[in-house]
Amino acid sequence: MTTEQHIDELPNLSGSSQRADKAFRWVSIGAGLIVLVILGLITYTMASRTGPVFRHMGFRFFTERRWAPPKEIYGALALMWGTLFTAIIALFIAVPISIGIALFVTQVAPAWLRKPMVYVMDLLAVIPSVVFGMWGVLVLARHIKGLYKWLHTTFDSWPILGSIFGKPQTRSFLTAGIILSIMVIPIITSLAREVFETTPQSEKEAALALGATRWEMIRGAVFPHSKGGLVGAVMLGLGRAMGETIAVALTIGSALGQLTFNVLAPGNSMPSLITAEWGEADALKKSALIAVAVTLFVITIIINVIATSVVQRSIKRSRGAV
Amino acid sequence: MTMSKRLTFAGAAVAIALTATACGSSKKTEETTTTAAAVETTAAPETTAAETTAAPSNLSATLDASGSTFVKNFLEEGVSRFTAANSGVTINYAGGGSGKGRQDLADQIVAFAGTDSTIKDEDLPTFKGGDVLYFPAVVAPITVSFNVSGVDKLSLSPTTIAKIFQVQITKWNDAAIAAENPGVTLPDTDITVVHRSDSSGTTGNFTKFLDKAVGADAGAIWTLGTGSTVEWSPNTQAAEGNGGVAQLIAATDGAIGYVDFADAIKAGLKFAAVQNKAGKFVDATLEGASAAAAGATVKDNLTFSAVWAEGDAAYPITAQTWIIIYKNQTDKAKGEAVKALLNFLLTEGQTFAKDVNYAPLPAELATKAIAQLDAIVIPA
Repeated sequence: MTTEQHIDELPNLSGSSQRADKAFRWVSIGAGLIVLVILGLITYTMASRTGPVFRHMGFRFFTERRWAPPKEIYGALALMWGTLFTAIIALFIAVPISIGIALFVTQVAPAWLRKPMVYVMDLLAVIPSVVFGMWGVLVLARHIKGLYKWLHTTFDSWPILGSIFGKPQTRSFLTAGIILSIMVIPIITSLAREVFETTPQSEKEAALALGATRWEMIRGAVFPHSKGGLVGAVMLGLGRAMGETIAVALTIGSALGQLTFNVLAPGNSMPSLITAEWGEADALKKSALIAVAVTLFVITIIINVIATSVVQRSIKRSRGAV
Repeated sequence: MTMSKRLTFAGAAVAIALTATACGSSKKTEETTTTAAAVETTAAPETTAAETTAAPSNLSATLDASGSTFVKNFLEEGVSRFTAANSGVTINYAGGGSGKGRQDLADQIVAFAGTDSTIKDEDLPTFKGGDVLYFPAVVAPITVSFNVSGVDKLSLSPTTIAKIFQVQITKWNDAAIAAENPGVTLPDTDITVVHRSDSSGTTGNFTKFLDKAVGADAGAIWTLGTGSTVEWSPNTQAAEGNGGVAQLIAATDGAIGYVDFADAIKAGLKFAAVQNKAGKFVDATLEGASAAAAGATVKDNLTFSAVWAEGDAAYPITAQTWIIIYKNQTDKAKGEAVKALLNFLLTEGQTFAKDVNYAPLPAELATKAIAQLDAIVIPA
């Protein structure tokens, strides 16, 4: 009886609602295409405006360390290094902490504590970056002076650490890295948490039944299951850290041409340079800044594409495992 | 329990959001805020009655403008007084920097722009509206501000300033500083050089001073050249905006930096007397800035550079701002409003400039500028 009713309703479906279906299809295709068109137009307009600087500098734009507007030398090498260096410092701090928090929330914390913790972590993610930047300048940079001096004097004579902890300044790669790490912790944590939660209960119970301690269970069942997802989470954090503008601009110290492993030295990153320099730029400098933006755009796209594919692959693999 | 916890969280979120906006407006975003909210000073009727002695004007126009942040305080004061007397006129001055102002005028999206430097010859063809007129507005000193405990007064020559800012002199009791300051007890403190992290006309004028005084053509002590951004040594510190530099100097014992006069006064900083072209050490004062403008060579189009000007009383690091407009106005109402505003700034504006820490133009220059108002072509 019920099936017959369904069949009766079918002709209705192919009437007006089918037209609606078609319309919906085109609207959604259009919406999807607009995204691609906008992306393409942005790339085109930006790339087309980089002409003057590439005519002036040529490929040297990517290999030149100096950024010297009075002398019309525009090189992105130190800026690319600054962007990468601060992002690596940020991940170095953020990844262990994020994985720790995610493990605590999913495997250790009592049930009543989980929701408030997740809530607080998500709240951290909505704080505007300028707030982090101001806090970095007005609070962190002032109070961290002692620690920086201690790091420098303690490790000065050590072989590798001596060059990593060189002459200290309060607005530096490390200060920017610390601020960035606070900003990417919520992102990495929430992704890591979701990845950890996909571990099948049966595998965890199996490990515990074999006499594994909690840590052995995490190492033997949770980690192998989540490896791909974690890599993806870290890469997304990296993309966020590399694109951050204002918080870095305020804390990195804005020193030009810095190619150094000294985390306590001031430097500059691509996005922070663009915001700082745009206001008073003449035609050539504007073109150079746009070229920096295009470079950053390409790098972040590559990182995000890699991250997404890693995550996709890990999802497929874990589906297969279930 | 959970309910109240939620509420606390919500409260915290709102507080954070509010802090965010507050911080945003106190920082460089100051300029953007101005666009959105600020200078829209349409007159309140009661002030019109109180302040105007002249007959009520029949001007009616909305003028959009952008450019120099250096001149912003003066323009805001001028605009609020002008619109009080001309209730039909609304003026939005968006700041954003001299470079943005020139670009906006070139693209014809503003009625006038404020700029601290002249338009480069190669950029002139991009000005779609044709010939541009320069109207000098005000001048003001850029201070060399310092924070050294126990030191109240300093005198510095361009050579010493150049060496300090290139980190060739690194201690306050260096012989070069001591020689210029007999009788001052200088401590053994390290010098912390503070400069702008954002590109800026203030950096442009400060480096222009060093370049003219001791640059490549004058002994080659200053080697960083001149521009809105230069390659500072990594052993210096950067901060955003004049306010940011002032704040960092105030917070650091042993710091020295260049800050515009109004911000240095606001932050309560001490600043040095700087040796001028005539060899005299001159304090950064509004009188010194006016004297510098009087000593500058003014071209026919009213452009000049008050930096490193002639004259015993001239303060050598003096910056200037022009209001630039198109000679051929395209809109009658707007053209008349711009002309009236310029006339107001060049006459009455010169008397209240000092109240907002700007120096008036020398009388001769102001007269020339007022005469140039007749060159503006307004369609009938």
